Amino acid sequence: MATKVVHDADVTIQAAIRDGMIIAVGGFGLSGIPTRLITAVRDSEATNLTIVSNNMGVDGKGLGLLLENKQVSKVLASYVGENKLFAQQFLSGELEVEFVPQGTLAERLRAGGAGIPAFYTPTGVGTPVAEGKETKEFNGRPAILERGIVADISLVHAYEADPEGNLRYRMTARNFNPLAAAAGKVTFAQAEIIHEDYIDPSFVDTPGIFVQHVVASDGVKDIEQRTVRPRQEA
Amino acid sequence: MSTFTTTDAALTRDEMAKIVAVDIPAGAFVNLGIGQPTNVSNFLTSEQGVTLHTENGMLGMGPVATGDEIDGDLINAGKIPVTELPGASYFHQADSFAMMRGGHLDVCVLGAFQVSGGGDLANWHTGAPGAIPAVGGAMDLAIGAKSTWVMMGLFTKAGESKLVETLSYPVTGLGCVSRIYTESAIFDLADNKVTVRSTHGISFDELVARLPVDLHKA
Repeated sequence: MATKVVHDADVTIQAAIRDGMIIAVGGFGLSGIPTRLITAVRDSEATNLTIVSNNMGVDGKGLGLLLENKQVSKVLASYVGENKLFAQQFLSGELEVEFVPQGTLAERLRAGGAGIPAFYTPTGVGTPVAEGKETKEFNGRPAILERGIVADISLVHAYEADPEGNLRYRMTARNFNPLAAAAGKVTFAQAEIIHEDYIDPSFVDTPGIFVQHVVASDGVKDIEQRTVRPRQEA
Repeated sequence: MSTFTTTDAALTRDEMAKIVAVDIPAGAFVNLGIGQPTNVSNFLTSEQGVTLHTENGMLGMGPVATGDEIDGDLINAGKIPVTELPGASYFHQADSFAMMRGGHLDVCVLGAFQVSGGGDLANWHTGAPGAIPAVGGAMDLAIGAKSTWVMMGLFTKAGESKLVETLSYPVTGLGCVSRIYTESAIFDLADNKVTVRSTHGISFDELVARLPVDLHKA
């Protein structure tokens, strides 16, 4: 039977990636990030990339690897607080950054994957995010026009995958992954478990039509905030 | 009839969190922002039946995870490992923000740098050179929930009021805040009118003298 499962992520990514591509990446913080696929992009040495992702990893982890290797020229993200290298490259002007409210980022990816070129949202009205964007009133409430995002390549992390490219996610590691998967012209998924048989169709989260290549994950799962006890008042 | 109350001492952070918790209606779906608002969860009672939402994709969030409970796949919006409660659900971020933007969440409690008398909120960027803007979900949260409440210190270290006539920091959302909890006073905001519900360690008259907005006594 035909299968989307490939064993060498590096070779498959190397064949698909070009300088200047737009790459959408799933994950929130370090949860549900496609670590093996990010490493493969790092090793591809492709440059001038535009990265669409909620966060940019932390120093030395996740998408931080691509910043370190100076492969990124533009970022669309909502929050980038945990990465010193990012701050440095942003403040020096080396990195172009478009700050996108988190819900708008999610919806822009969903729209892109769904063939909707743009949509109106009330989020960001009257803020710096609205600058240069069309504003229109609906039912007495202003909204701004935001564009859908289509990525040349999407990288996602799933808990389970099957030969058809069907995916399932686990807990909050789902986050942006299904949205990035649908928004990619070519989508690579890494999964912790790859079934030889098929996932029960009733329990598929991302249908295989959105996924072109499946690889095994590298088993890396980092926890960003290791201090887990809430600080008590003195 | 006046409902205004006053206490001699300023509220502690725990006292503030407890008052917010009591004000949350029974059965409400609630998002608690990072920082002071997170502390509110420690004072919610099981009888209240409040369901917590975390914007990275979960309803029915439980307490912070410890020891063996820690799982990298289960974190809150502050990226801290948490637990799930019976009846919890997971979903992707577009659904998560649909809950918020779509008006399905009852209450959202956020921190703030400044709030204007008209309910405008600034909490994502100080605008200072060298500061990294951190918009995250703040703009969606501010305008999405049915009620947006703020918890903050009333004064800056320099003693300036953070309840202002017009924001000087970059805007997060316009006209979205309906209540402000501070250590010195609790305010209700509606129709460009600021009503002081209570004062703590400060008199109403002193508050009137120190704040740059018109105040009404509840």
